[in-house]
Amino acid sequence: MNNVSSAFEYAPAPESRSVVDIAPSYGLFIDGEFTEAADGKVFKTISPSTEEVLSEVAQAGSEDVDRAVKAARKAFEKWSALPGSERAKYLFRIARIIQERSRELAVLETLDNGKPIKETRDADLPLVAAHFFYYAGWADKLEHAGFGRNPRPLGVAGQVIPWNFPLLMLAWKIAPALATGNTVVLKPAETTPLSALFFADICRQAGLPKGVVNILPGYGDTGAALVAHPDVNKVAFTGSTAVGKEIARTVAGTRKKLTLELGGKGANIVFDDAPIDQAVEGIVNGIFFNQGQVCCAGSRLLVQESIQDELLESLKRRLSTLRLGDPLDKNTDIGAINSAEQLARISALAEQGQAEGAERWSPACELPESGYWFAPTLFTNVTQAHTIARDEIFGPVLSVLTFRTPDEAVAKANNTQYGLSAGIWTEKGSRILAVANKLRAGVVWSNTFNKFDPTSPFGGYKESGFGREGGRHGLEAYLDV
Amino acid sequence: MSEKTEQQRLTVFKTYKLYVGGKFPRSESGRVYEVTDSKGNWLANAPQSSRKDARDAVVAARKAFGAWSGATAYNRGQVLYRVAEMLEGRREQFVREVAEAEGLSKSKAAAVVDATIDRWVWYAGWTDKISQVVGGANPVAGPYFNLSSPEPSGVVAVVAPQESSFLGLVSVVAPVIATGNTAVVIASEKAPLPALSLGEVLATSDVPGGVVNVLSGRTAEIAAPLAAHQDVNAIDLAGADEGLAKELEIAAADNLKRVLRPQPVDYFETPGIERLTAFLETKTVWHPTGSLGASGSSY
Repeated sequence: MNNVSSAFEYAPAPESRSVVDIAPSYGLFIDGEFTEAADGKVFKTISPSTEEVLSEVAQAGSEDVDRAVKAARKAFEKWSALPGSERAKYLFRIARIIQERSRELAVLETLDNGKPIKETRDADLPLVAAHFFYYAGWADKLEHAGFGRNPRPLGVAGQVIPWNFPLLMLAWKIAPALATGNTVVLKPAETTPLSALFFADICRQAGLPKGVVNILPGYGDTGAALVAHPDVNKVAFTGSTAVGKEIARTVAGTRKKLTLELGGKGANIVFDDAPIDQAVEGIVNGIFFNQGQVCCAGSRLLVQESIQDELLESLKRRLSTLRLGDPLDKNTDIGAINSAEQLARISALAEQGQAEGAERWSPACELPESGYWFAPTLFTNVTQAHTIARDEIFGPVLSVLTFRTPDEAVAKANNTQYGLSAGIWTEKGSRILAVANKLRAGVVWSNTFNKFDPTSPFGGYKESGFGREGGRHGLEAYLDV
Repeated sequence: MSEKTEQQRLTVFKTYKLYVGGKFPRSESGRVYEVTDSKGNWLANAPQSSRKDARDAVVAARKAFGAWSGATAYNRGQVLYRVAEMLEGRREQFVREVAEAEGLSKSKAAAVVDATIDRWVWYAGWTDKISQVVGGANPVAGPYFNLSSPEPSGVVAVVAPQESSFLGLVSVVAPVIATGNTAVVIASEKAPLPALSLGEVLATSDVPGGVVNVLSGRTAEIAAPLAAHQDVNAIDLAGADEGLAKELEIAAADNLKRVLRPQPVDYFETPGIERLTAFLETKTVWHPTGSLGASGSSY
């Protein structure tokens, strides 16, 4: 057998771009209006799969941050005084409009981010709508949430989100903030500002009062100005651990409430009695979903020594069937890396892995000529001292380590500064519970991986951050408790 | 005759020592500082802990964490209740120490000690209830079992309140250990003696060595290395003034410690659960539920 994909060639099945109309330029969204930046600065956002310029976007400076915070402050008075049932209805409206426009938003997200349409269509967008729907229902039930009889909002929330799940991270931030009566100023990532700007239009369609949601595209300095603004009461950040620490220092000594969702180096532990085929699917999903640009990725595979050869053989065979290419093609499994900068970082870490003595393997895989691409990559002979076993790569790179006993697996899994996610594969129920109990991680997937739900709290231990997003737990971050 | 003997008898002073890893060491630095009552009369020479003492206490707290966090909640509740029992037996001693430390009348000091004993009882009852209050099953949209449970953050540094040297101290330490964390506690700088005596109570209350470690000395000197320590998971800044609290919070950011900022508290009031939840992580575990089709369970 040559391989499956050559026996059954797939004809391209591209999703149509015509469902989305991207304007040549976008402004900042402040107090219900699109406006230019005070200093007139703009930046280009490109499609990482083709390097085509999609649009030119206003870049918010500190003056714009101040204007947006003022708008949010002004809106807070009325918004927080609305009956919860009215706030709920705005959020239900938003959830429904997202569902209505979900094909458009999926294509937009795929264009701006580079991830496969299969993922934006089947994962990102359904979760975005579900998140708004879930928190909408909380808005008039807060006194039953276990945070006292009269839980109060904090005020203006400054929120900074990453580029890996642009609209989903926006939903995780904005839905609970609005449900609890806060107003928000949100900064999307500089490489993926478009879906947040489309969301501004959804707020318009939903009739959301002016100033309740403000969107400020920009770079790190915009985020820093937002976080440091003295009239912000709440800071929520999802991104790198290094920036998270900087933000924690910035808010030290203030009364700002802080939640951080940061990096990870998740261990996916496969025991000798695991269902191999399912485990292989879980491993692939764990590290190649969204090109591995996922904070909770299962980037360290810990496999029991006795089944290492069998598992690796299956895994390599499976990787050979992954299709990398046009993210708008519905057949595509692996899309583009989000930016040239991220590609350079992944490449450098992979090279370091080789230099430090780990063995590198990738399936035969043709990379498109333009755009940013990285073939699915697997490293064996990895030790815990290797950089690729310690640092978050945030790319489609899997480090394989082995263990002999459950104790050793737990020790290795916990041997990291991070503590966001982990996976366990075994048919033995008591072993799942024993290992899950010992893992220092906020989310443990057993016999599955990378499952998300608005009702399920998500967040890290240790340097993966603090606070939870999702579920009843997610309300606490936005309430004065 | 016997009366006269008592009058002549010289009382035996106690050498106040630190409580670290279940033992009572002096400061490794050999330093002590003078502790006086509210009128300036000498009470004792308390150990003036060093950075090294702080680091040793973290090692002891880390070593104790596995067994204490792994103990059943029922067991932890019984141990905390045992602390209340032991304190009740030494009530008179603590009334005297608190009266001297805080310049209170005997009756006011007695009210403080009674409230402190009751606080242990209150938290003893929480150990096996907090998980049900803050955790639970999540109704995810798919065939998955999904459960969130609270787990202790790990080693918690506690800057105990400066004014309320006993009730305040217990009000910040008990919630930390009730949920399975271990603690390194910096006693009130000016009034450390009730805290150091509490160590003697803990040592005889089935609290495993290292679960609570008590240091006395200059708050800023001991707190700085704890806030910066890479193996400390959280810090309660209750007894830090504004300037120190900010410095410590900045240092704590280096390994993203959970930080509980200082806030005005009336320690006589029944607490809420905020001090319990401040040092808890939430772990969410997923598993497919499969189905009972002809082929049996599947995922």
